[in-house]
Amino acid sequence: MFEHLADFQMDVLKEVGNIGAGNAATALSKLLDKPVDMQVPKVNLLPFEAITNIVGGSEQVVIAIFLRVVGDAPGNMFFVIQPASAKKLLERIAGLEIEEEEDRFSEMEYSALHEIGNILAGSYLSSLADFTKLSLQPTVPSLAVDMAGAILSFGLMEYGAMGDRALLIDTKFLEGQDAVEGHFFLIPDPESFGKMFAALGVPVE
Amino acid sequence: MTSLSTVKVGMADLGVLVGAGSLKTTGLGSCVGLTLHDPVARVSGMAHIMLPTSSIAREGSNLNKAKYADTAIPELIDRMQKSGAMTSRMVGKMAGGAQMFAFAATSESMRIGPRNVESCKAILAEYGIPLKGEDTGGNYGRTIELLGDTGILIIRSVNQHIKEL
Repeated sequence: MFEHLADFQMDVLKEVGNIGAGNAATALSKLLDKPVDMQVPKVNLLPFEAITNIVGGSEQVVIAIFLRVVGDAPGNMFFVIQPASAKKLLERIAGLEIEEEEDRFSEMEYSALHEIGNILAGSYLSSLADFTKLSLQPTVPSLAVDMAGAILSFGLMEYGAMGDRALLIDTKFLEGQDAVEGHFFLIPDPESFGKMFAALGVPVE
Repeated sequence: MTSLSTVKVGMADLGVLVGAGSLKTTGLGSCVGLTLHDPVARVSGMAHIMLPTSSIAREGSNLNKAKYADTAIPELIDRMQKSGAMTSRMVGKMAGGAQMFAFAATSESMRIGPRNVESCKAILAEYGIPLKGEDTGGNYGRTIELLGDTGILIIRSVNQHIKEL
């Protein structure tokens, strides 16, 4: 279904990622009081396995904030970071002491990460809604610390019935020579692309 | 670790192993890792099932049988039979079917994990294959490995102890 997206349609989706993640990166940079770099968004139709490889493979432990986008163009959104990056974020934003055990987080740390993820995902989505003039609301975000495969597969179900690949908009951000690195994944439901293109005045064949 | 071969089973994939070695699939969340083992023929099979039924498929003629419980289990049985296994001797085990995110439990269509588990059980029952072990549900991911010589299923997760079924 998405094999035939034209280059200009791909460019529009990249711009969607640029605007959403750009605002989220600005929000993060305010929280950190430091500039945050962002890579050019990648828009790809990827096999399910390849999607988990972006964040280190199916078994890699990651921290993910997940929220479902509801409204005119439903989809799934993930903010994914590695545990080591999360510890650095907590230290810099919340001033929390980093515990030695890398994969373990206290209740306080969970709570702070949840709130950071909430702010970032919320700013991504609200700027996207402004840009497209579509009604897009986030559900209450959930936080999970688990294997990337277990977490991300949940966001791919809408594609599961259609094939073995999903279209996602991936934006990577970095701060301080890769000290903090994370990804925003926007995975619109398959039928949402038409609505996004229509909202942005992009011709659909 | 041994030098025996490990067959990796990807998401929405299935694999069969004859003799020793192991079958492994990683990062099961709401997906179900279903395993079958014939202890006499020493034929083992594993499927990483993503969705409960192929009735929702919109893939057309290239349907990936390994993805849906109702097509993956018959396909797995068929392949194992071709390697010398008999359905009457098979025992089933499964793990996964978690509910990774709490809020999703409020929506029936999002309860994909429990529905995968229910569907696998119903299909095993149709074939008269006993379910000898199960580690399903919860809100965490699992990696599983089935040992070909014994049929033991090893389940690993991030914060739980290693389990053996």
